[in-house]
Amino acid sequence: MPKVTFIDADGTRHEVEGKNGISLMEIALSNNIDGIEAECGGSCMCATCHCFIEDDFTAGVPAMESDEDEMLGFTAVDRKPSSRLSCQIKMADELDGIEVQLPSEQN
Amino acid sequence: MVAAASGSVGGNPVIIIGGGQAAVQLCLALRKQKVATPILMLSEEAEYPYHRPPLSKSFLSGETDEEKLAMRPVSFYETKDVQVKLNTVVSAIDTVKQTVATESAEFTYEALVVATGARPRPLPLDSAYIDDGHLLDGVHLLRDVQHSRAIKSALEEASNVVVIGAGFIGLEFASVASAMAKNVTVFDTADRVMARAVSPDISSWFEQTHRANNISIRLGDSVREIIGDEKVTRVIASSGEELDCDLLVVGIGVLPNVELAAAAGIDCDNGIVVNKYCETSVANVYAIGDCSYHPNSFYSNKMIRLESVQNATDQARVAAGCIAGDKKPYHAVPWFWSDQGEHSLQMAGLSDAADQFVRRAGATDDNFSVFHFSAAKLQSVDSVNSPRDHMLARKLIAEQVSPTPEQAADPEFDLKSLLP
Repeated sequence: MPKVTFIDADGTRHEVEGKNGISLMEIALSNNIDGIEAECGGSCMCATCHCFIEDDFTAGVPAMESDEDEMLGFTAVDRKPSSRLSCQIKMADELDGIEVQLPSEQN
Repeated sequence: MVAAASGSVGGNPVIIIGGGQAAVQLCLALRKQKVATPILMLSEEAEYPYHRPPLSKSFLSGETDEEKLAMRPVSFYETKDVQVKLNTVVSAIDTVKQTVATESAEFTYEALVVATGARPRPLPLDSAYIDDGHLLDGVHLLRDVQHSRAIKSALEEASNVVVIGAGFIGLEFASVASAMAKNVTVFDTADRVMARAVSPDISSWFEQTHRANNISIRLGDSVREIIGDEKVTRVIASSGEELDCDLLVVGIGVLPNVELAAAAGIDCDNGIVVNKYCETSVANVYAIGDCSYHPNSFYSNKMIRLESVQNATDQARVAAGCIAGDKKPYHAVPWFWSDQGEHSLQMAGLSDAADQFVRRAGATDDNFSVFHFSAAKLQSVDSVNSPRDHMLARKLIAEQVSPTPEQAADPEFDLKSLLP
């Protein structure tokens, strides 16, 4: 199974297994990663599953749709060029080994 | 305030009555606040807490499967030192002894959080019930996962679907049924859809959109009688017209679950009365989520009850803060959403006081927002397929910055420029 590494704001790394078709947000929650809150449950309504995906890992990551783009203007920690909502990125073979940096706050 | 973070803490738990969105968010918020006290969650439901919004939308359509409904994996509760007791009905609260009782046990609380939610308003129609008070086969309410599973299963065989109530739940369900090529009729006694929640312009747009998708919408009309011996077969409208029906879904609002609190002597009105700290009339007892009747600081501290993810989440944080000794008042702009078919309706703020509605056009006829003003001050915004407007509205209301009605109506005017 493809692997994902979530990195807490303090640098702690959590390497977990993902399943294709499941969002990074869901993978984080099912592994009890605290840095993702996902209040709305993946409806792209709350911006509490904010994460950063640096350039090294963006190959294979789907492009952003407009609602995600708008929602990212509402994150607790300021948006960066690498900002994404983890509910909008589904795991796939191409993403094996992806590193997902988590912000210090989600709300 | 209860024991602080350091070391392992025995003693009495924080008890949560309820197992929905508010309950889970309370666990998260307490642990984030470093409250180390054990947590005991007493839930009447048979399942660990799950997301409710998909139950009238993507769960019915099959897009979201059962596994994805869970808010957190079961291991989460262990990790967070939360003991969850499912299928557990609390029979009484004793606010003097600080205990809650179930049929078989009594638990002492350090602090009590009532998050009992709401239940569907029952259909006031004798013909909906069989002798023992149960609903006639084929007649369904929609609130919890068991309701949704039953409807999902009934949809497989159903041909003629009738919905009573053109609110969010009724229209979300009607959209799913219609997309499955069912013959769908929606009744509502009001003269427009979602009349209590949105502006007339939005009602009219959704009414036309649903009609264009072959949903029959009968406004100012109701079901007078339900016909069927063992299972519903037909309904009779107020007009006397008869319609074939093999699946009937009722979505006529909810009633807050206040009885337990009221019996314990806690003040109740249209919900369990709380102050801006989510504190009830009794010390050490809080009420959060759909069951709480609370003041909203953005609307002159008007007392309101909200049925929303936003309110459950934000109130959970307020109550957790009080329990942790970090007391901060509830100060949140209400927001809601409803997905109906392909369309997304998002609402920010409360509109009851509005005296002026201004439409802001989007890129196409299917993208627009309606800004609600009271004495030229922005109260709320309803957005159709316009997440940008919705997010801006949440910010504008939160910052208490109001565009003029003219600025709101001008799609060229950059609303963001008003924000600090």
